[in-house]
Amino acid sequence: MAINKEVVDHVAYLARIRLSDEETVRLAQQLEGIVAFIDALKNVNVEHISPTSHILPVQNVLRDDVPVRSLPIDKVLVNAPQPEGDFFGVPKIIE
Amino acid sequence: MKYEAVIGLEVHVQLKTNTKIFCGCSTEFGREPNSQVCPVCLGFPGVLPVLNKTVLEHAVKISLALDCSVQEYTKFDRKNYFYPDLPKDFQISQYDLPVGRDGFLDITVEGGEKRVGILRVHLEEDAGKLIHKDDISLVDFNRAGVPLLEIVSRPEMYSPEEAHAYLTALKSAIEYLDVADCDMEKGSLRCDANVSIRPRGERELGTKAEVKNMNSFKGVKDALAYEIKRQIESVENGGKIIQETRLWDAKNGKTFSMRSKEEAKDYRYFPEPDLPPFVMTLENIRKIKETIPELPREKAARFIREYGLSAYDAGILVVNKKDAEYAEECMRAYPGENKKPVVNWLIGPLLSEANNRTGGGELTALGILPERLIELVGFVQAEQISNLTGKSVLTDMIDTRESAADIIKRRNLIQISDTGSLETHIEEIIKANVQSVESYKQGKTGALMFLVGQVMKKTQGKANPKVVQELLKKKLA
Repeated sequence: MAINKEVVDHVAYLARIRLSDEETVRLAQQLEGIVAFIDALKNVNVEHISPTSHILPVQNVLRDDVPVRSLPIDKVLVNAPQPEGDFFGVPKIIE
Repeated sequence: MKYEAVIGLEVHVQLKTNTKIFCGCSTEFGREPNSQVCPVCLGFPGVLPVLNKTVLEHAVKISLALDCSVQEYTKFDRKNYFYPDLPKDFQISQYDLPVGRDGFLDITVEGGEKRVGILRVHLEEDAGKLIHKDDISLVDFNRAGVPLLEIVSRPEMYSPEEAHAYLTALKSAIEYLDVADCDMEKGSLRCDANVSIRPRGERELGTKAEVKNMNSFKGVKDALAYEIKRQIESVENGGKIIQETRLWDAKNGKTFSMRSKEEAKDYRYFPEPDLPPFVMTLENIRKIKETIPELPREKAARFIREYGLSAYDAGILVVNKKDAEYAEECMRAYPGENKKPVVNWLIGPLLSEANNRTGGGELTALGILPERLIELVGFVQAEQISNLTGKSVLTDMIDTRESAADIIKRRNLIQISDTGSLETHIEEIIKANVQSVESYKQGKTGALMFLVGQVMKKTQGKANPKVVQELLKKKLA
């Protein structure tokens, strides 16, 4: 896959990262190398192997539907930069 | 050119559980903001989500009720996007291995039965709630992590009425399972619609618009009708439909474009590494299947078979499970083979009282015990009171909780059918209305009805009008 400036810009936008032109060029080159490295996997025959979605041999970890105590409100909001009353405050969203 | 609409619905149902999908916080509605949150549902670093067993069981149950094939192997994925109501900046959902797929739901539409395909049924977590103020938006995360089941239909509905019938049947089936409340006004059932149009006869689908923000069944129907009309008018005027999200504005009866940056959605789904996969044995699936009760359509078929109901009557009576059980008790207790008299009362006066009083139209909310209803229907059938008086007695029964017999006695409503006592009244009326009597004798039949009316008035509506009419005819012959 060719990693060009548009791809880097798109990924940066999705991650909400602002990049300078110089960084975009540098990252495009680096990402190109990383993707090429991963592409080596394309040469492996995986026809009869189902995709690995989880690496541990664990399944069916479930809990009973029983309530436990939630966090007290002062702990909930202790790191909130802009709390208002019992709410988290965020910059106004305009739809 | 004639166009046809194509509609697919995405329905989100909030599952009825004590706790959230991945943590033990309570799901109770209406508590103080952010009082039901913990490090897991707030997305703190280093926490581990653990799936609620009941959530998985509910999801399997609904999938089976919708005739989906239940996947033996199911897993969760991360759907990545930013929004302030989403604390982790990703939503745990299911991508390629949902709980159920390829089911269907049969619905009743004008002109008969119709089968609507279900593409998939998958689990996900709800987001928090936003409150917008003048210069700030406030977030309450109590709802974040509440279990949702998304049910995606195939694009196989062709009118707002079909979409409405599908929603009604879906809500009814899920309510029977007792795994969700399905109250659209309260947000425990939400519905988005994909709508497109195409020239009639065309097989390819047109470009679709996604319509959101409908918060009642009627809203869905109205929004779809508006959107279909908008698309047809746009195309007929040489316009082109663009793929976009549109919001329904119930107040003005319009959909409008969201206009926010409509960049192609790129959610970068990948397997949720914190949740191991789930493997369900056929034995487990079978066990859940055994807990599925008789569903609305099966119940309707049985009502038709066992009580001789029409398909129409049965369809009305089975919508709500409690009402269906109540109706069955009434039909069972009603003497004789023909259940039509009591059925007519259920879907007539009782249902209209229920609609007027409760809005939701629940028969059981009226508090009329089956034996009390049967007693009332008995009075009417025996012609001891008229149908009209019966309705008024029913209203009285609901208000006072008295029995029909007590009300009829208290209000002295027994119909006078006894010819002896009626004759005295009739003779008096004949004497007092010489002119009308003459007109009748000259062939004016309308005069007879006037005389009947006079007798009714004199007896305060208690005379049996049929008997009065016959007696008058005899006397004036």
